[in-house]
Amino acid sequence: MRQTFAIAVTTALVLTGCSVSGSESDPTDGPETAGGTKTVTLVTHNSFSVPKKLLQAFEKKSGYRVKVSKSGDGGEVANKLVLTKKKPLGDVAFGIDNTYATRVAGKDVLTPYASPAMAPSAKEFLIEGKGAKELTPIDHASTCVNIDTTWFAKKNIAPPKTLGDLTKAKYKNLTVVPGAPTSSPGLAMLLATVGAYGESGWQGYWKKLVANGVKITSGWEDAYNVDFSQGDGKGNRPIVWSYDTSPAFTVKNGKTSSRALLDTCFRQVEYAGILKGAQNVKGAKALIDWMSGKTFQESLPENMYVFPVNDQITLPKDWANFAKQSSKPITVSPQKIDQNRTAWLRSWQEITSQ
Amino acid sequence: MGGRVAFAFAALIPLAFLAVFFVLPVTGMLLKGLRPEGAWAVGEALEVFTRPRVHRVLWFTVWMAALATVVTVLIGLPMAYVLHRLAVPGRRLLRAVVVMPFVLPTVVVGVAFRTLLSPSGPLGFLGIDGSWIAILLAMIFFNLAVVVRTVGGMWESLDPRVEDAAASLGAGPWQVFRTVTLPSLAPAVLSAASVVFLFCSTAFGIVLTLGGLRYSTIETEIYLLTANFLDLQAAAMLSLLQLVAVLALLAVTEAMRARRERAVPRSGQTSGGRATTRGDAVPVAITALAMAFILVPIGTLVVRSLRVEGRWSLENYGHLATPDATDALIVPVTEAMANSWRTALDATVLAMILGVLVSIVVSRRGRTRRSRRGLALLDSAFMVPLGISAVTVGFGFLVTLDRPPLDLRSSPVLIPIAQAIVALPLVVRTLTPVLRSLDPRPREAASTLGAGPVRAWCSVNLPVLWRPLLAATGFAMAISLGEFGATAFLARPDRPTVPVVIYTLIGRPGGDNFGMALAASVVLALVTVTIMGLVERLRVGSLGSF
Repeated sequence: MRQTFAIAVTTALVLTGCSVSGSESDPTDGPETAGGTKTVTLVTHNSFSVPKKLLQAFEKKSGYRVKVSKSGDGGEVANKLVLTKKKPLGDVAFGIDNTYATRVAGKDVLTPYASPAMAPSAKEFLIEGKGAKELTPIDHASTCVNIDTTWFAKKNIAPPKTLGDLTKAKYKNLTVVPGAPTSSPGLAMLLATVGAYGESGWQGYWKKLVANGVKITSGWEDAYNVDFSQGDGKGNRPIVWSYDTSPAFTVKNGKTSSRALLDTCFRQVEYAGILKGAQNVKGAKALIDWMSGKTFQESLPENMYVFPVNDQITLPKDWANFAKQSSKPITVSPQKIDQNRTAWLRSWQEITSQ
Repeated sequence: MGGRVAFAFAALIPLAFLAVFFVLPVTGMLLKGLRPEGAWAVGEALEVFTRPRVHRVLWFTVWMAALATVVTVLIGLPMAYVLHRLAVPGRRLLRAVVVMPFVLPTVVVGVAFRTLLSPSGPLGFLGIDGSWIAILLAMIFFNLAVVVRTVGGMWESLDPRVEDAAASLGAGPWQVFRTVTLPSLAPAVLSAASVVFLFCSTAFGIVLTLGGLRYSTIETEIYLLTANFLDLQAAAMLSLLQLVAVLALLAVTEAMRARRERAVPRSGQTSGGRATTRGDAVPVAITALAMAFILVPIGTLVVRSLRVEGRWSLENYGHLATPDATDALIVPVTEAMANSWRTALDATVLAMILGVLVSIVVSRRGRTRRSRRGLALLDSAFMVPLGISAVTVGFGFLVTLDRPPLDLRSSPVLIPIAQAIVALPLVVRTLTPVLRSLDPRPREAASTLGAGPVRAWCSVNLPVLWRPLLAATGFAMAISLGEFGATAFLARPDRPTVPVVIYTLIGRPGGDNFGMALAASVVLALVTVTIMGLVERLRVGSLGSF
């Protein structure tokens, strides 16, 4: 009995020994050396994705090691940055979009930087007002109502065209959307309805939508992958709130089975910025320049399903055919969003959780 | 005198640990809310309690947890009887299966339930996807183990002669149960019920994944207020309310446990269980149904993980070891498994060191009423983290552990520390009853013969304690392997644990990702049930009971 115990204790100790040494012998974990830091830490959202080869090429060329620190979804990242201002979690932030930009821009969280690598076409995406120079536009994407075209063809029902159509009896129980407080596309949809129906009209719209059997999930992933009839889960709802690029991902034999309704789109622009109090400002600048540059911009469509802000980039073949962009997206000014975000979200919660 | 100093020391180390890694971050977060600009603003913060939504959230939390507790106890009682009192074949394996949900990550359970209940799933026709019934089922699924183990352990040790005597005096089986057995079990039942209520009212992951956004509990509301609204005032008020409620619940549990340890005649040793008779048909049937209820979601996971585009295949499992199987992950899943394993080892060692110290201290019999109260308080102090929002602790780490010598925000040690805090109360609950039951006299004899306090303790107690120690180690390891809440807020992307990887995979488009998530879940479930099966062989009655 005692022997068993001795063996157990020894094994436990040996195993732990492995574990502790295992984490300490990793050279990348060591503290920064005194002679200037070589690591640049990117604080970003969970959807950040870049091909390993591209990142390695940047590391090799610049001499910096990039540490990617994914810190929740877009809104959560913005909030973490506000909470940790002056003692930032890294050097560069990427993924703050126009729905949350004013929560960090001009709030003593970021340092101004004008990247020389920024494409001329990116200028139209710069935010206005206080803190405008703190955010470099990197990519943009719109979210719109998407429909399963094969479903509507098969059922011989005329597909919806506008936001207003979704409240019609014809489309009862057919729509699934992600929730505004927990998902950034969800917030975009709320803002789209604010833009379309005005500050006094959007609540009425949502009441009708709820009455018409809209399903609300906590994340876009659930809405698209579990409930949408063209998603991976082959769900049973043919109308979903998703990206304008989504039709490029439902292509089979040169034909797409879904379509984005271009009159319903809300445009989101994602920005990068240098965090105030960053350990490695030089590395941060280099990283933002690289993200504004050609190779990273080219990788955006395939990896993060968004459009580069540089309009000189050639898009993937399917995108040119199927990812149609809205010519007149719905907009709400970042200042207005900042003033009303909480009130709108609260009122949205009241309407949808009845 | 030396003994006293040693005890004080033994109490101080875990207390210091709790102070730095729990009290400090939680206080930091609360202060952010209550003193937003450096001045107290409690009055404004109280406004949160006038919001109609908050009323609904509070009401939903209470009735949902109450309903889940009642149903869990009603199903758990017959299960405890069958698995701990009857000689049913394979009962050790069955007991391990009952504990499995308890150590599975909530994400996995969330996916399993949604796969099962979504309109296109096998039980989609029930139409309960996204409803409160789905949340209720998941709560029962998670907490059956608490009732079965707590009540079962007690039932097993009840002296059967009292029941036999009542029966021979002419009482029918139902009357015996009602008048003799139930009163003896009552403290254990109430204690289990209050812990189940605690777990249900602080449920997070399952409410968020299964309830969509239509339902919110205090815990998910704190998450939304903190992470999305940055309304720290409101979050702080809700956290304080939760803290008070948890403390009150713990006081109740503590009182129940004290009664249980005093009042009941015990047989001292546990019997092998008696043969099943016809009168046991109802509890056996309930147990069988409950086992099916536990196994169906897990079975769905297994089946779905083995299906690729409508045919049977091991492809999803093969992908786990392939570095380039998906763009969603920086490392292959096998490496995440190695990370999980290493983290779990560190967390387990930490939880065991602290747990042993705490158990030794709280299992002392206080001489005065005051010292007894003090020990009970200390005991409860280590239970509190179980009932506090992980988001408060996680964000608290961000705002408090941000300067040397404790700039640990991106340090790899935070994850094992957070997991150790979660596992600690369970280790203490497993070890303390055993330590309390030890006879102090042999140790005193050893001391008289010249052994120092440590030497006396080791040579007298260790031979009795190695089983519970090993069992607690296994339990702690299983818990930290599946821990998701705290890990999710802290995990570093270059070293993700398996539950974090599963969560990432679920969130990305592409059929392969979903299949891989399922395969990884199955592997994780297999590892935890194996550990719990081994632990079960050690036959420690107090394991996982409250």
